[in-house]
Amino acid sequence: MNEEKVDVVIVEDDPNDAELIMRVFRKHHMVNQIVLLKDGAEALDFFFGGRASDHPKIVLLDLKLPKVNGIEVLQRLKADERTKDIPVVVLTSSAESQDIRDAYQYGANSYVTKPIRFEEFANAVSELRLYWLLLNQPLEGQASARAGRESGPR
Amino acid sequence: MTKPIPHEPMTPAKVEIVIVEDNPNDAELILRVFRKHNLANQVILLKDGAEALDFFFPPAGPGSARAALRVILLDLKLPKIDGIGVLRRLKSDERTRGIPVVVVTSSSEDRDIKDAYDLGVNSYVTKPIKFDEFAKAVADLGLYWLMLNKLPARQ
Repeated sequence: MNEEKVDVVIVEDDPNDAELIMRVFRKHHMVNQIVLLKDGAEALDFFFGGRASDHPKIVLLDLKLPKVNGIEVLQRLKADERTKDIPVVVLTSSAESQDIRDAYQYGANSYVTKPIRFEEFANAVSELRLYWLLLNQPLEGQASARAGRESGPR
Repeated sequence: MTKPIPHEPMTPAKVEIVIVEDNPNDAELILRVFRKHNLANQVILLKDGAEALDFFFPPAGPGSARAALRVILLDLKLPKIDGIGVLRRLKSDERTRGIPVVVVTSSSEDRDIKDAYDLGVNSYVTKPIKFDEFAKAVADLGLYWLMLNKLPARQ
């Protein structure tokens, strides 16, 4: 069961960006710990189609996505008791203040812009990985359910 | 024993980093690491939850103290008002919700972690017990939130 648990969810429609991000994570994690979703609808299906209990340690979320955009996915994740505690890092090429402001207002945990150069982009993803998988203390799936029960009905 | 922490006068409007920490040893370690990495130009240390709320929500004005903030490091066990109370205020007010808050605490209790995330904490970091690991964690944390994480341009 444990090795099946997804730790990293990447929501990214650009195949080149997705490949670069996946490559950084694959160096340190088993393939089945990482999930790549290619649009906002796939992301919502993943989280609200029964996999919310996976409680990944990090979701990397692009903003410009086909079908359902990243801000809407973020809103849905942060508005639902089952998923609101999952850290979401917006990883996007947009440095527009309005996008950044919206993301934080809707509860993004962090906002990182994609550097244009390949090497800098890879470094940024590396730092992201280190921070969210090694330094940040997530709420584990089990603990999440347990703490949820302790708090009783809302 | 511990050396006093030097306080440099600064305009509240320029403060970039707020550390809310009542333990003088931990506070000194954090400040020292930030200075070493040149991250400590505009840092302010607040020693309890009441001081923190006074700083973020000054009774006098519309809160110019928040203008340049990039990250708040918040301990949980604090005198007067605890860290969870401070976090609740920060994340329920539109003016402060967008400021990244990282809980830095010795508690790894599920209850504390759950409460912090439920209230919208940006990140939760437990203090490593060993000195050098704590220093490393603070350096990584500072670099992440001050260099990699992006905030909107100031209005």
